[in-house]
Amino acid sequence: MFLINCPYCGERDQQEFKAGGEAHIDRPKQPTELSDDEWAEYLFMRKNIKGVQFERWNHAHGCRKWFNMVRDTSNDEIKAIYKMGEKPPAQ
Amino acid sequence: MTKNLRLKSSEYIDETNRISFKFNGKTYHGFKGDTLASALLANNVHLVGRSFKYHRPRGIMTSGSEEPNAIVQINPGTNRTEPNVRATEVEIYEGLEATSQNCWPSVEFDIGGINNFLSPFFPAGFYYKTFMWPASFWEKYEFFIRHSAGLGKSPTSSDPDIYDHRNIHCDVLVVGAGISGILAAKNAAKNNFKTLLVDEKNELGGSTVYENNEFNKIDNKTPSEWLKKEIEELKNIKNLEIKTRTSVAAYHQYNYLLAKENLTDHLEAKDKTNKIRQRLLKIRAKKVILATGALERPLIFNNNDRPGIMLSSAVKKYSEFYGVACGFKNVFFTNNDSAYESALSLYNKGINVEAIVDIRDQSESKIVKKIEEAGIKIYWSHTIVDTAGYKRLNSVSIMKLSNDSTSVTGSKISISCDCLGVAGGWTPAVHLYTQSGSKLKFDQEKQIFLPNQNTSEQISVGSCDGDFKIDEIIKNLNQKLKDSLNIKETDLDKIKVEIDQENSKRNIWLLPSDKPLGKTKSFVDYQNDATAKDIKLALREGFRSIEHVKRYTTTGMGTDQGKLGNMHALGIIADTAGVKMGELGTTTFRPPYTPLTFGTIVGRNVGKFFDIFRRTPMNDWHVENKAEFENVGQWKRAWYYPIDGETMHQAVQRESKAARESAGILDASTLGKIDIQGSDASEFLNRVYTNAWSKLAIGKCRYGLMLNEDGMVYDDGVTTRLGENHYLMTTTTGGAANVLGKLEDYLQTEWPELDVYLTSVTDHYATASLCGPNSKKILKKIIPDLDLSDENFPHMSFKETNIGSIQCRIMRISFTGEHSYEINVQASYGKDLWKKCIDAGQEFNITPYGTETMHLLRAEKGFIIVGQDTDGTMTPIDLQMDWIVSKKKYDFIGKRSLYRSDTMREDRKQLVGLLTDDPNIVLEEGAQIVSELNQSPVEMLGHVTSSYFSPNLNKSIALAVVRGGKEMMGKKLFVPMENKNINVTVANPVFYDEKNERLNA
Repeated sequence: MFLINCPYCGERDQQEFKAGGEAHIDRPKQPTELSDDEWAEYLFMRKNIKGVQFERWNHAHGCRKWFNMVRDTSNDEIKAIYKMGEKPPAQ
Repeated sequence: MTKNLRLKSSEYIDETNRISFKFNGKTYHGFKGDTLASALLANNVHLVGRSFKYHRPRGIMTSGSEEPNAIVQINPGTNRTEPNVRATEVEIYEGLEATSQNCWPSVEFDIGGINNFLSPFFPAGFYYKTFMWPASFWEKYEFFIRHSAGLGKSPTSSDPDIYDHRNIHCDVLVVGAGISGILAAKNAAKNNFKTLLVDEKNELGGSTVYENNEFNKIDNKTPSEWLKKEIEELKNIKNLEIKTRTSVAAYHQYNYLLAKENLTDHLEAKDKTNKIRQRLLKIRAKKVILATGALERPLIFNNNDRPGIMLSSAVKKYSEFYGVACGFKNVFFTNNDSAYESALSLYNKGINVEAIVDIRDQSESKIVKKIEEAGIKIYWSHTIVDTAGYKRLNSVSIMKLSNDSTSVTGSKISISCDCLGVAGGWTPAVHLYTQSGSKLKFDQEKQIFLPNQNTSEQISVGSCDGDFKIDEIIKNLNQKLKDSLNIKETDLDKIKVEIDQENSKRNIWLLPSDKPLGKTKSFVDYQNDATAKDIKLALREGFRSIEHVKRYTTTGMGTDQGKLGNMHALGIIADTAGVKMGELGTTTFRPPYTPLTFGTIVGRNVGKFFDIFRRTPMNDWHVENKAEFENVGQWKRAWYYPIDGETMHQAVQRESKAARESAGILDASTLGKIDIQGSDASEFLNRVYTNAWSKLAIGKCRYGLMLNEDGMVYDDGVTTRLGENHYLMTTTTGGAANVLGKLEDYLQTEWPELDVYLTSVTDHYATASLCGPNSKKILKKIIPDLDLSDENFPHMSFKETNIGSIQCRIMRISFTGEHSYEINVQASYGKDLWKKCIDAGQEFNITPYGTETMHLLRAEKGFIIVGQDTDGTMTPIDLQMDWIVSKKKYDFIGKRSLYRSDTMREDRKQLVGLLTDDPNIVLEEGAQIVSELNQSPVEMLGHVTSSYFSPNLNKSIALAVVRGGKEMMGKKLFVPMENKNINVTVANPVFYDEKNERLNA
């Protein structure tokens, strides 16, 4: 059970949060212009790496805000947390 | 013959408080402070159980939670019975009953004991090898194997006890209250750290509290005297919370630990009632100090499992702490000095010590000299090659070890004894340490695994970090505390320690015998009867990974999780395979460290609190009117209202007819409701629904379908425009929370530029859905002032008005195809509204109907239910709902996916109606549909999603998804069932009132 530092509420137990998959995958602005392959790339393809991963998390049982997290999936160390729209920290 | 082995003078046993208890039906006596094990030993009872596979007689081996043999059933036959409890951990109380497990008819005479003599036929992997053929017979084999192998019996009635959870946040958690833990906790608390100290025992002090070795001194006192003074001082320290009888079960990431606090297990039945039995502590600690100590290792030699063979440290604890001698004639077998302390303890209390068998060739320490001076015979460089005595040890045979320690030489000496204390050195208890994700390293010199790489804010102190001598412990602890807690001075700076010099031990994982290995039984895992021979067999058969050997031989897989024997298993594998110990790795130590009860895990979440129910404001009325309920998500929804013993079918038929012929009323309060406001609300709806919303007039309602980005139908519902920038969205009952979450996700992450605010108002409104040709008349009675004409209040429109003084919102929308109104009021007025409708509807035979009738009525109209007729693979096109998908809108969630090659296939499963050729046959939901009967294998075209007998059409109707179904109108298909084939015809899914004339009836 991680301790997650919600950028709006502060440190809370993991059970208040919901994971939302890989971060920084922007919804295409003009989906109709995309080929099937390009659309599938957005729709289905996600990284699932052992190591440092950029993820979306939601404080579902708190402020309901979404934010980004950099987590090492091999030991669950949280490297950084930053708000939606902010630039990811340099690795 | 009952002999009393109780020694005088233990301050931990209250001899004025005599307690009687039953073991295997016989009454015994012990004293307050005894464990079941110590009380049995005082009564000279060693034989307490039978081993798992060979049913060999087994005795008490240890004095703690690592016990592999003495596992018993507590209070059998009662609702408080508990299996697999370690007798070494049970504190006795008046009226306690315990029985042995895994034996029949009794522990003294066990039929299964024959397995012992058949043991040549039960090698490792016996069950895997023997019961493989024929494969179909496994179920039959399993029944008998499970029956004969059962370890204890679970209770059959519900648990009468109360369990609890508690969250604790602390600066420092100290696990283990031995000398290291006590000193760590004391210094942490004194330096203003909020500290929690936990220990699984009922007394603080660990093994040092009965450490009376005269050659070790702390500040000129014996360790036990000195530690007692320290413990006394703990009571006056602020910032320190102490919890005994509390064992840490799991150590998770981020210093999150779970511990079980035992509150009433040691009390008599009359004192247990209305108290919390066990509490799960959920601890978040800024720093964790592990002071979990070390477990003594046995030695692995031939027939090392007889009752009377115990750990040397246990013999010492029973003698010093419980005041119990474990035998009249004691022998010790050792590879280090610690057995001499146990021997001295017995000697000082006047108990016979026959001999000490030591595999080393000498030791210079003072305590060894003292034993020699006492005239106790020490056999240096000797090993035990065999033991005798079936239900109780009666002698050991020893021989001289060869120089390379792989064989024995010389003549065999037999020593008569009834108790053998075995000392194989110490294994640091690193279980919790590794659970935290931290890594171990192997120390070649000490032959132990030690903490190496910490992953969180933690330190290991004392013997769990490999410091076994008091001077090392205090010196290293002092430095670690200063570093970890960032403090300059501690109490430990001034402590003076004198200790007896111990000689290094000699480690031999598997001791040789005069018999070949194949003829010996050298147990590595006592509980699972895994022997050294089994481990070697596994290696010969090609198993290499320690994890595989473990599973194949079941070493370390018992309730004790191999706390005693795992190191030897590793050692034997390493020796046999010719690799170094450290390179093999270890098996994984998984939580819990000691077993937890289910009660502790679930805490208060039992019975009606197991899963939270949500009830509508009208719930009391439904209960009073004998409704049957259905679970929909967390909601309890009225399912149907049987009258005079009606079956569900009869009730639903009646309710359905009434709703179409006159008037029905449904509690629709559970539908999800989301209030949407903001200047971009219309644009937002355009993006989330498949149809267009910009032109919806204020006061009008529209049905919307919501897709996932993959184009599959996600949710549906009616949204009403309340104002220029204000909408009220309804969602399905089960989807409400997810829809809100999804909408928030898009708003916050994809379209933060939109000015839109979402609020869940599901619980704020109660909704009564009034339907049927007389619904208008009923509403008119309730709100006479409201103009209900089709001109003023047409289908798909909305009015805000009052019923008396109650504000209400009325939508004229319909899920049944009838003229109907959904009346929303503040939740607190819900029941009042419902009653008003019922009263006003009396003259029209208003009939309350539940979810089942609702489903039937909508199926007659071919309206889908998301989640019943869809399953996450249906597009709106598949549902034949092309009409709701805007071609004009540039984009909406899921639009692009509707043009993928896969979603545009013609032969996707599509929603159709099905009519059975025999109108009285009702299809089963989920039944498969085929076009050919005499084909094998036959292609499954799809399945039935909704099926009912329609009382209004007087025939059975069904909705189904069928591959290429759109093009199959009128085609004959088959639904093959177990004992018949049902002929069906593909039909239009709208079975009733296709022209929607009844909406304005």
